[in-house]
Amino acid sequence: MKEIVLVKYGEMVLKGLNKKSFEDMLTKNIKRRLKSLGRFKITSAQSTTYITPLDDDIDLDEVTERVGKIFGISALCRACICEKDFSDITEKSLEYLDDVLSNAKTFKVNAKRSDKAFRMKSPEICAELGGILLEKFPHLTVDVKNPEITVTVEVRDTNAYVHAGSIKGAGGLPVGSSGKAMLLLSGGIDSPVAGYMMAKRGVHISAIHYVSPPYTSDRALMKVETLCEKLTDYCGGIAFFCVPFTEIQEAIKDNCKEEFFTIIMRRIMMEIAQRICEKEKCQALITGESVGQVASQTMSAIACTDAVCRIPVFRPLVGMDKTEIIEIARKIDTFETSVLPYEDCCTVFTPRHPKVKPHLADVEKVQNSFDFEPLIQKAVENTVLKTFNYSE
Amino acid sequence: MSVYLDNASTTEPCPESVSAVVKALTGNYGNPSSLHRIGLDAQLVVDKARKIIAGSIGADVGEIYFTSGATESNNLALRGVMGAYGKRRNKIIISAVEHASIEETVSALEKQGFVAVRISPRKDGNFYIEDFVSACDDKTCIISVMYVNNETGHILPVADIFKAVKKRYPEIITHCDCVQAYMKISVNVRKLNADMISLSGHKIHAVKGTGALYIKKGVRIVPIITGGHQEKGIRSGTESVPLISAFGVAVEKYSHTINQRFEKVSGLKKYLLEKLSDIDGISMNSPENASPYIVNISAGKRSEIMLHFMEQQDIYISSGSACSKGQQSGVLGQFGITGKSADSALRISMTADTTTEELDLFVEVLREGMEKIRN
Repeated sequence: MKEIVLVKYGEMVLKGLNKKSFEDMLTKNIKRRLKSLGRFKITSAQSTTYITPLDDDIDLDEVTERVGKIFGISALCRACICEKDFSDITEKSLEYLDDVLSNAKTFKVNAKRSDKAFRMKSPEICAELGGILLEKFPHLTVDVKNPEITVTVEVRDTNAYVHAGSIKGAGGLPVGSSGKAMLLLSGGIDSPVAGYMMAKRGVHISAIHYVSPPYTSDRALMKVETLCEKLTDYCGGIAFFCVPFTEIQEAIKDNCKEEFFTIIMRRIMMEIAQRICEKEKCQALITGESVGQVASQTMSAIACTDAVCRIPVFRPLVGMDKTEIIEIARKIDTFETSVLPYEDCCTVFTPRHPKVKPHLADVEKVQNSFDFEPLIQKAVENTVLKTFNYSE
Repeated sequence: MSVYLDNASTTEPCPESVSAVVKALTGNYGNPSSLHRIGLDAQLVVDKARKIIAGSIGADVGEIYFTSGATESNNLALRGVMGAYGKRRNKIIISAVEHASIEETVSALEKQGFVAVRISPRKDGNFYIEDFVSACDDKTCIISVMYVNNETGHILPVADIFKAVKKRYPEIITHCDCVQAYMKISVNVRKLNADMISLSGHKIHAVKGTGALYIKKGVRIVPIITGGHQEKGIRSGTESVPLISAFGVAVEKYSHTINQRFEKVSGLKKYLLEKLSDIDGISMNSPENASPYIVNISAGKRSEIMLHFMEQQDIYISSGSACSKGQQSGVLGQFGITGKSADSALRISMTADTTTEELDLFVEVLREGMEKIRN
């Protein structure tokens, strides 16, 4: 009995003429993600991708877990491959679903017949197979509204497939199908979630992080690298840019009014990020800001930060509460790493009373009182790149 | 030049310890419990180390039990004694400046229903014997007091406390965490009036993963790890022959030079304090009569930042007790060091191999850090 994983597309089914490019991107992402697990044949037809294992010892649980985190997929299921012949479908169903049906109380049969040449119509398949299963598993009752198990028969082009229902996929669009953007990754709870959410919309993520030794430590950097690694499960490979930021932070501290410290720091971070974006051909910035969460994330503060931005800034968490963000952080397994208590550059020199409603003119005046340009150039030049690939 | 001044966290294993580990790993891999000759050879290595360690603290060979380290020794002492005697006597007395492996264990025992009393130093920073004695009563099962505080180097009057307690309540079991004292000042179980003491290997140039608990003959202990009855059933689990061997070898090496090394390190401390006295803004957190091996100061800059500043120049110190990775333990507060002084506390811990050149470099970089670091 041969098993296969069927992958159903998300909203990319609605795409028109460019659907093929989305499909290709998804196939490429699946291939990369499964490469270390063995050899597979991956084909697409009728808004479904078929993942057929070519080696006998492939761990299909691990395959479904990994594929479950790939964006662009609305649902996936492990299924048994059958001949397009009702007696084979019946035989395989009895064997393949023996365990699940033995342990269930209620079921129904669902049939999809995309090959209209198949001699039985969907309702007939349901009725006949349902009858046979009831006979074989007399403890079962049929529940069409809320069954524990939905036995599904899909009659497609080359084969028929039997499975016990699908599980929800990660949704969204295939990573890479929406271009490339730079995530400002701090080490806190929010920014990894922001990266995850944009990756879900098909954005290929690069990440940028600012370090300020001795105010921040090697452990703080390692924490952010761990977050990056965790994000690769969803985002694919990530180019991680680490910017030396100590001199800039000290210069702001020495030359600017304390209340403007954070806002000027963020403006300079945005500036540096954009310069790296130009080199790396990233089309947008991504931050984990949420309106009103802290002083630098009030509307006035965001306006002051945006004033230095020449490319779009995506803030997918802008309208979310902390509790909602934490929920996602837990789901994508970044929360526990994010809350490790190492100082990051955003909390170095935090003003006691930051400006909550800064005016752009004031901020610019304070910032222009010192020439940051040489320090910014130096920071960009000394930025270190590290690449994170899928964690195996 | 790399300058390591964090020897209270851990020490560099001495060459003799390293060879002992390699020798045991390559030539003596037997299980001491095996009945055949290879097992016996391994047992002899463990026996030898046990004899050396027993001799170093004036104990009998049969009173030394090997553990995975001092944290386990402290756990075994407290939990083991409460397990054996706690039904009748449910009270535990400790100092308020104990290492986390005592403090947290006592907190856990409190949750099980035992009663704990923590004795703080008085305002002058000293512990008073009568404070411990007056906290004891007929319900008291065990008193545990550390010999040398790991953060400040304070030497606690353990021998006198235990003597006074024993005089009035002979039944109370006395335990001393000797980790920062062992091989640095003389530790003798009879002079300390201790029924149990905890020792660690890696603080004395042996290897991480091994320690010992001295249990006076006659004191009953309920094991916390059960299994194959190793260590007379007190601590089951196959003995780590290589680590135990290294432990013994290190004790053999250092036990005869305790006084000479103490003198040398006292000289180093004096040298360091003189150098530091030239710098404005430094305050001393260790008392004059502290162990010279540990010098705790405050330099006005947040400990963690200063620590990382020094690390950039290959100098390694600690912000406090390294066990808690930079978290403040509250011990400094007990000694009256609070607020900014506690936030900026630095622990410099030396060995007899520390040189004045290393201290010069440390002081130079400290001075630089105090100028450069923005608060």
